[in-house]
Amino acid sequence: MKKPVLKQIDGNSINYWMLLALLGSFVLAAVGAHFYMEHGGHYVTGMNNQIVWGLPHVFAVFLIVAASGALNVASIASVFGKTAYKPLAPLSTLVAIALLSGGLMVLVLDLGRPDRLIVAMTIYNFKSIFAWNMIFYNGFFLIVGIYAWTMLQRNLNKYSRIAGFSAFIWRLALTTGTGSIFGFLVARQAYDAAIMGPMFVVMSFSFGLAIFLLILLATYKWTDRPLGDATFIRLKNLLGVFVAGVLYFVVAQHLTNLYATEHHGVEAFILRDGGIYTQLFWYGQIIMGGLIPLALIYHPTTGKSRTAISIASLLIVLGGMIQMYVIIIGGQAYPLELFPGKEVTSSFFDGVVNSYNPTFAEGILGVGGFAVALFMVAFAVKVLNFLPESLADEAVDPHHSK
Amino acid sequence: MSPKHSDKNTNEYRRKFLAQSAAVAGLAIAPGIVLNQVAHAKADADKVTGSTRWGMLIDTNKCSKGCTDCVTACSDENGWGGTNSSETHSSKEQQAQWIRKVTITDKQTGHVQSLPLMCQHCETAPCVDVCPTGASMKRKDGIVLVDKHICIGCRYCMMACPYKARSFIHEKLELQKNNAPRGIGTVESCTMCTHRVDKGNDPACVEACSKAEHGAMIFGDLKDANSAISIELKKHGGEQIRADLGLNTGVRYQGL
Amino acid sequence: MMSLRQFAKHLVVLVGLTALPMLSNAGDLGPVVPKAKENASEKTKCIRPVTEMRKNHMEFLKHKRDETMREGVRTKADSLVECIDCHVTPNEKGEYARIGEDGHFCSSCHNYAAVNIDCFDCHSDLPEDAAKHLHTLNKKNPHHKDMTANGSLTKENLEVLTEGGNQ
Repeated sequence: MKKPVLKQIDGNSINYWMLLALLGSFVLAAVGAHFYMEHGGHYVTGMNNQIVWGLPHVFAVFLIVAASGALNVASIASVFGKTAYKPLAPLSTLVAIALLSGGLMVLVLDLGRPDRLIVAMTIYNFKSIFAWNMIFYNGFFLIVGIYAWTMLQRNLNKYSRIAGFSAFIWRLALTTGTGSIFGFLVARQAYDAAIMGPMFVVMSFSFGLAIFLLILLATYKWTDRPLGDATFIRLKNLLGVFVAGVLYFVVAQHLTNLYATEHHGVEAFILRDGGIYTQLFWYGQIIMGGLIPLALIYHPTTGKSRTAISIASLLIVLGGMIQMYVIIIGGQAYPLELFPGKEVTSSFFDGVVNSYNPTFAEGILGVGGFAVALFMVAFAVKVLNFLPESLADEAVDPHHSK
Repeated sequence: MSPKHSDKNTNEYRRKFLAQSAAVAGLAIAPGIVLNQVAHAKADADKVTGSTRWGMLIDTNKCSKGCTDCVTACSDENGWGGTNSSETHSSKEQQAQWIRKVTITDKQTGHVQSLPLMCQHCETAPCVDVCPTGASMKRKDGIVLVDKHICIGCRYCMMACPYKARSFIHEKLELQKNNAPRGIGTVESCTMCTHRVDKGNDPACVEACSKAEHGAMIFGDLKDANSAISIELKKHGGEQIRADLGLNTGVRYQGL
Repeated sequence: MMSLRQFAKHLVVLVGLTALPMLSNAGDLGPVVPKAKENASEKTKCIRPVTEMRKNHMEFLKHKRDETMREGVRTKADSLVECIDCHVTPNEKGEYARIGEDGHFCSSCHNYAAVNIDCFDCHSDLPEDAAKHLHTLNKKNPHHKDMTANGSLTKENLEVLTEGGNQ
């Protein structure tokens, strides 16, 4: 098999610059939203002392999780030695780095004191999963960056396998760490489950690949580069497996919780009585983000249509965001269980379902995270040789015969 | 700008100061009556040690249902809430609340109880574990605090706290109490009135409760077998809220 | 793309432009620092020589801050509350300047030197009795927290600031 030729895109068309301008304006809007929120304080947001993490965290955690998943394609190539994925590996590292940047931007800009970021970077409490994550995130940039470098510079190619392997291990740790933020909070009924760690890993596979596939389909269409069915079908089948995997973990999570009486309250809240959260869970997360994409991916007709698979990927992304919303916001909305078996009332909203009305600024900040990621990808593929010139079937698979 | 050249001056100054403080402390302790009144006083220059663990015991049977004196006293002492704070933009859900009165009704029996709830000053505090920068910390004498100098406002501690004891400041504040600094973008909670405790006084809530002649709150050293709180705990026991979490709280309740 | 040399050129021009107002302000006598309530002793005005405080107050404050915050040391020396109590004084009309205003002890220099501090995001900028008075006067006092940086630093002023002078 001949080596794939990586080549930067021309990026001279009006449309390309329009895309950059559009993404750039979203980034600027997000920065504006940040200044608006930081100027007078968080009182302008819907977040409060009951719902302490809001929409920005939904976006941030989603992007961070998706980042590690986007690295999947590269891992399959280097760690599991599947040559068919090899040409896609550099793009995979790029998307991973870009998504993580977007997610971290949102996370940092929502801090109460973003001006003290230096404190977070220099003082660590090693008992905190957050502190570990800080190291995981920074390390991810470094390791994945080196990995990309070993692939892009020919005389370093021989190191790409070991770099890819390190990135793979690191990525698993990172997602487990991110999931564990919600796994080890003993106080909250909704987060008291070690399954969160592994579940987030599978979620990352699914969300990351969906975004990767969308970016791949879009760039190859817009640049008129050939993208053969061999690559396309492989990726979409893999995506199907991951979506099913997420559903499996969600079922396991809720069944485990339903077994323990102490979790019946919160399970009833999410699955049956939670109003908006129940609707989001069933219609958004399960049906829109899980069952419909699965049907589109595996149906004999739609499974071959790139439009249908693009829609499926979009639904997976949306469903994933909704899943994050249900986990993060829904989990906080359910009241803390302070006195089991008793009814609680107070002047501080004890014993009531907490309300959260996200504001426009929070949403804009979150969308800005996506914009940062996409901007980075669009920019990088123009200045560096990330994209294979051709992903036509005969270019990726030597045994392919027409 | 290194302060090195001034070390000599500083040390001299400190020596002098320490000597003076020690002398003052000696004078204060000399008469037995003074010693009785400020039984848990430490000298100003002393650091807190692990030989003390401050705790509180709340008797829910003595706690009066309509009474909010402890809440008012805390609010006045520390400058949060209602009339005391410049937290005017924040919604009710966003305003800080260090201590609150909670009414609990038993679903089976209909038995109603009232009690104050604040930071429980856990021995193994989840908020301290999760804080990425170590801003959420526990003093050697068991009081759990937020070091607002290094708090980045991530609010993970608020997610971790089983008692919803912490508040985030959603706007710029001014004219805080000099003893209770609090400000935008950081998290705060009950400090067990460290500034009073370090001077040998009871926390404001406890003082208010005895002033109202309810006497439902006792403050003292859990490690001192002869303190009022230890004697009462040994005699009649005391429960922790969410004892199942195994946090070994510094605040205990009777009659739950 | 800008070359490194070009970039350096730009930088030099930029720095030059920034320095201009400083040179033109050479006659400025420096910040007017409000007088403290009283002298600490007959020998020293402050608890340490003024020159030393001007140079290193931030180090002292930071050291003390951790000692008090984390270890419960409650001595008065280097306590921010004590600094404020003694140094933030009313003007002839009996009015207190707030942080950010040139008349406030901290701001008088910090505005002048354009050094931003965030102590007063959390700490009160007034002595407790003055703050209490203000509270009763006007519950919804407008915020004075926005730090302004006006004036600029000359070489002479820098010397005055760090080597001591009239206070």
